Parts: sequence; C-alpha cells; structure tokens
Amino acid sequence: MRVLAAMSGGVDSAVAAARAVAAGHDVTGVHLALARNPQTYRTGARGCCTLEDSRDARRAADVIGIPFYVWDMADRFHEDVVDDFVAEYAAGRTPNPCLRCNEKIKFAAVLDRAVALGFDAVVTGHHARLGADGLLRRSVDLAKDQSYVLAVLTREQLDRSIFPLGDSTKAQVRTEAAERGLAVADKPDSHDICFIADGDTRGFLAGRLGEAPGDVVDASTGAVVGSHSGAYAYTVGQRRGLHLDRPAPDGRPRYVLSITPKTNTVTVGPAEALDVSDVHAVRPVWTGGVRPDAPVECEVQLRAHGDVVPATVALDGDRLHAELRRPVRGVAAGQAVVAYRPDPAGDVVLGSATITG
Amino acid sequence: MAYLDHAATTPMLDEALEAYVATAREVGNASSLHAAGRRARRRVEESRERVAAVLGARPSEVIFTGGGTESDNLAVKGIFWARRAARPDRRRVVSSAVEHHAVLDAVDWLAQHEGAEVGWLPVDAVGRLDPQALRAELDAHADQVAVVTAMWANNEVGTVQPVAELAAVAAEHGVPFHTDAIQAVGQVPVDFGASGVAALTVTGHKLGGPTGVGALLLARDVPATPLLHGGGQERDIRSGTLDTAGIVAFAVAVETAVKGQQEYAARVAALRDDLIERVRQAVPEVIYNGDPTDRLPGNAHFSFPGCEGDALLLLLDAQGIACSTGSACSAGVAQPSHVLLAMGADDDRARSSLRFTLGHTSTQADIDALIAALPAAVDRARRAAALRTPR
Repeated sequence: MRVLAAMSGGVDSAVAAARAVAAGHDVTGVHLALARNPQTYRTGARGCCTLEDSRDARRAADVIGIPFYVWDMADRFHEDVVDDFVAEYAAGRTPNPCLRCNEKIKFAAVLDRAVALGFDAVVTGHHARLGADGLLRRSVDLAKDQSYVLAVLTREQLDRSIFPLGDSTKAQVRTEAAERGLAVADKPDSHDICFIADGDTRGFLAGRLGEAPGDVVDASTGAVVGSHSGAYAYTVGQRRGLHLDRPAPDGRPRYVLSITPKTNTVTVGPAEALDVSDVHAVRPVWTGGVRPDAPVECEVQLRAHGDVVPATVALDGDRLHAELRRPVRGVAAGQAVVAYRPDPAGDVVLGSATITG
Repeated sequence: MAYLDHAATTPMLDEALEAYVATAREVGNASSLHAAGRRARRRVEESRERVAAVLGARPSEVIFTGGGTESDNLAVKGIFWARRAARPDRRRVVSSAVEHHAVLDAVDWLAQHEGAEVGWLPVDAVGRLDPQALRAELDAHADQVAVVTAMWANNEVGTVQPVAELAAVAAEHGVPFHTDAIQAVGQVPVDFGASGVAALTVTGHKLGGPTGVGALLLARDVPATPLLHGGGQERDIRSGTLDTAGIVAFAVAVETAVKGQQEYAARVAALRDDLIERVRQAVPEVIYNGDPTDRLPGNAHFSFPGCEGDALLLLLDAQGIACSTGSACSAGVAQPSHVLLAMGADDDRARSSLRFTLGHTSTQADIDALIAALPAAVDRARRAAALRTPR
C-alpha cells in the first residue's frame, strides 16, 4: 500500500513509520505544522509543534529512507482544535484536545488529503491495536494505551488507519528506535497540551477569554463562599486553587461540582456529591461491531487514563446512556465516554460519545 | 531522476570539480609569506583575474565571499552603513518587492534595527520593474538614499530586469546601485562595467561551481563597511582566510559559464520552450507566469489553477521529478510567494505555482518524464485542494 506516516518528531511515530516500511508499504513521511507561530508553542524536547520537532521528524525520515514533507495544518488546527478548546471551556465543559485533533486533523483533514493524493492509509505512532478484524483495541502497554483518544474515529477512518505500535511496549519501541539508529530514541514523552507553551491552561484561557469575575457557591446552602476570575478556568472534580473565603460548615474539603456559564457561577460541594452513576452523552460512534439495539454490558472509561468501571450502555439515536455499576467521581462534560469489551487479546473499543452530564 | 530545479542549485561542471580537487590537495594560506602561501595567493589572484575578465570588471573590484547571501548582505548593509556614516541623514534604501530573501530580509533588518527608511519599487504583472518608478523615487528622495538594490533576474519567475536603465537612473542621481545577479550570470549577458552598476552579486553553485563561494563585484569608488572583521583580506572589506580551492573552482565555473552563455542559452531555451508548449497542451488552463520574452532561458513558471503547489511537488517527487514551489521557510512550510503576490496574483494563484528550471545537464528526456507524470499529478492535486472547505 501507499501510506502516509504522520511524524511528530517523537520516537513513537518514527518507529511506526519504520515498521510500515518493514511491512512492505510505500511510505511517505509528513510532519504537521500546527503552530501559526512555532515560537509560541511548547519548546524543547516535549513538543510536537516546534522547529526542533520538525527537524527531528525530518532526520528520522532520512534514517528510515522515506520522502518527507511538512504540511501546514496551522489554520485547521487553530480553528478545529484550539478555538474549540477555548469555546468548550467557555461553555463550562472540559475538552480533550488530543481527541479532537485525531477526530478533526490527523484522521480527517490529513487523511482526506492523503487519500486525494493517492495514498491508501495513514500510519501513526499511537499506542493502540488495530488488527485484521478491524477492531480497535488497547495497547499491550496499558500505561501508554491511547485507544481512548482514538475511540472517536469512525469505521471509515479506522479502515484507512494503521497503528503499528499496539503490540509493543513503550520500552520496546525505544529499544527498537535505538537499534534502527533513530536519534529520537531517548526523546522524552510529550505530556501537556501542545499549544499551551508553559502548561498554564488557566493563564492561556484567561488570555483568550479575559477576566470574568463571579461567585463560587456552595451547593447545599446556596451561599456565596468565594469568588473567581473566570468560571471557565475550573474543571469538575477540581479541589486545588478554589481560594474559598469560608471553610465549609463540616470542615471538609470542597470540590467543583459544576460550572454554569450562564450565571458565571462555580458550584462547590463535598466529595461524595461528585459521585455519578448515570452518564449521558451525545454523538455516539460505534465501531466495535454492529450498532446494538439493546443495552450492552461492558466497561466504560470516562477520561484519558481514568478508571474503568463496569456499566450498561444503551444507544438511542444521537444519544448514549451509561449506567455505571459503581459511582465515579468527577465526570466532566466535554470528555468522552468510551465503551470497551474486555478481551484477553486486548480490550475492544465498542464505541464512544461526548459526555453532556 | 528528472532534475528540473537548476535554479536551486546546478551540478558542478567537471572542470570546476577537477580544479577544486586539485587545488584542495595543495597546502597554503593565501595570506602566508612563504612559498606555499605565495602559490595559494597566485591561484586566488589568477582566479580573481579570470572572474573580472569575463564579467567586465577590474580584478580589484572582485571581492570573494562565502556565497550569494553574504554578498547581498555585504552590499546592502555595507554600502548603507558606509554612506550613512558619511552623511547621517542618508538612511533610505530603495529596493524591489520581488527580491530574493537575501536582499529582502537584509533591507528589512536595516529598517527594523538601523532606522532605515525603505522605498519599495513595485513590479508589473510579469514581475518587471519600471525605471520611471525608480526615477520618481530618486527625484523625491535622492539626497537621503544610501543604496538602491534590484535584482538582475528573478529567481522565481525568471523575469530579467532592465538593469542598465535602472542603473543609469541611479547614476544620474549619484546613488550607488547594487544588483543581485545570482540567477543571471551564465544565463544572460552580464557585464559589470557596461551595465553601470556599482555592485553586483554572483555565486558559484548556480553556474556549475561549488556551494559556499561567490563574489561581490564592487566598484573602487563605492564605500562599504565590512560585515566580517579579522585579518583584513579582500581590501579589508571581507576578512577570513581565502578559500583557495573554492575560489579556483568558482572562477573556472564563472569563466566556463560566461564564455558558453550564448550557446547554452540557445540550447536550454529551446528545451524550455518545448516544456512550456507541452505543459500547456497537457494542462490547458495553466497560467504561465513571468515575462514571456525578457526571461532567463532555463526558467518556466506556472500556476495550476485549483491545485496546491506543494501537493503537486509531492506527487511529482514520487515520480522522480524534482521541481520547486518557489520559497520555503525554515520549517519547510510553503508560504505563498511574495514575488507572485507582488505581481498581483491572489493567494490561491500564488500557492498553486510551480517552478521548473533547466540547466546544463538538462535533456529532452527530463521534459518527457515531466509531461508523462504531470496530468495525473494535477488531477490528484485538484482533488486534494477541493477538500479545502471555504471558511
């Protein structure tokens, strides 16, 4: 096949591209330039959007022996990921920009362009398994598993995707990179949000959305217990940085229970008030077989690297409802609920949807 | 491989390569006083004379540099600094909108960091400068102008400028005129003395010499403040140990290219005209950019409506055809060409353009290969570009 390898400049995508070559594919490497101004994005070894990353990707492509180009996706990325990120926070939700980038950029804008240019598939260095059965499964390396941020992909997108790393641990990938002479073998993993240079999400949002002072309200009494400079800066389940004027009557810690953009209010309460047993979500995608008519017993994950809980998942048109077997704390609107079917050969992604409450 | 990117760099001529290797085997710093040094110096001075002879300059007007970008920076900044030092109110630079970045960014830097004012000369739809625009500019500001800089021929669209006319206007106003002739030497007749310019940039690797060596031809009466300070080589204007082997090979290449220019231009222009005709047949809606007549013989530049140049480049590259979209930034992200924008093209047309440049190793087979691959590439690139949803 003629395949396009998306190369971030990190070790995973470099090894994925090398494996695609070894598998006999005709591989072309592409680095996505996502920053409108590369200097403003994360610098150093942690990034995926800097000039240094572009150079690392180019060197990896040289070593692997494949053509290499840089595709300018900065405008698309800005509109579909960065602006969406800001708008979601402004609406009181907690977005996952990596998931959005997969959905809108890597497996949409890039994949569509690749197909139009005559490529059959896109290869990435995501840690997830996608075998001949077409099912998306967790990586063998559960600590690095990225099936959660890929669960949003549709059948059509998965059919044109290749994830060569799913059967390997991160340590194996690094060892292989060193054996292949790839200089990125020891490059540190990226963790933070790539377009927030200093990792200060609250400061980034304040710069975009401005100061918007409002009240912090206690859920049980309705009393104003503090103030904030922008409700958008809070996430459900958050405990730190609340700066409450008054301790709670029971003296126990307070957590963010909800954010109400309409009244610019942050509502706080005790930990147990965070417990959620019913998760409602919209825009379901179902790739783990035929879309079910009846409720499905499975496991769900409610945020990246979050706990997995048994649940009953039911689909109804554009809605998804998950009834959790045990309550989960801190379920944030805007995150994805991903349903998995436990499987010894790697838990299978059944589907996903965007949490509304 | 069909190499259609000779304007980026062209293969070294055999005689230049042989001269390089033979000289590089010899020890000797051209500034040393002993026999080895004298031998190196002799090679440098013979080379200086060869370059001067074929380009219509005096040997003392040839300053060897590390290539085109250095020569352009030395001319623009060096003449600006020297003339402003003589008269502090003389801090205006006149340049054109279609210069190479080696000039454009040097001028911008002077504006950003040295308080220079800049008069930008426009071009017409084929990228050509109007000497009357320069006359108007100098009539208004001649007293404040430190230097005028305008290229001899454009690296992207191939348009050859009316350099002698421009230089005459500058001379009338007593202002030194620098021209970046990197794309012109060996392609069109270039005579430093007869052209009336005060300074001229030439580089090796565009005409069959090595990369990293070039020259600034600088008239004796034109002052220039050095960029590099050190051992005082090259009239104290360009310090640094002379690259004897590079200079020897550069001189061989300049001499060969200039002496063979007419024959070369006739052969390459015929190939180029065939390329243009067949591209038009293969893709009828193509737009041919640049001056149709006053043009570099090896240059063909097109816009492919409905395509993105970088997609076409990728597709042709996969078929073994090397060409160029014009300009790229350090991250490799294609920017719309400032040259095409200055010519009045819109963003889409600028982004849809590709440059094919022929050179001394080009053959009919290169063009056959391009024409064989082009229609399918255009078709695919169009489908890819159609995905860009209007916003």
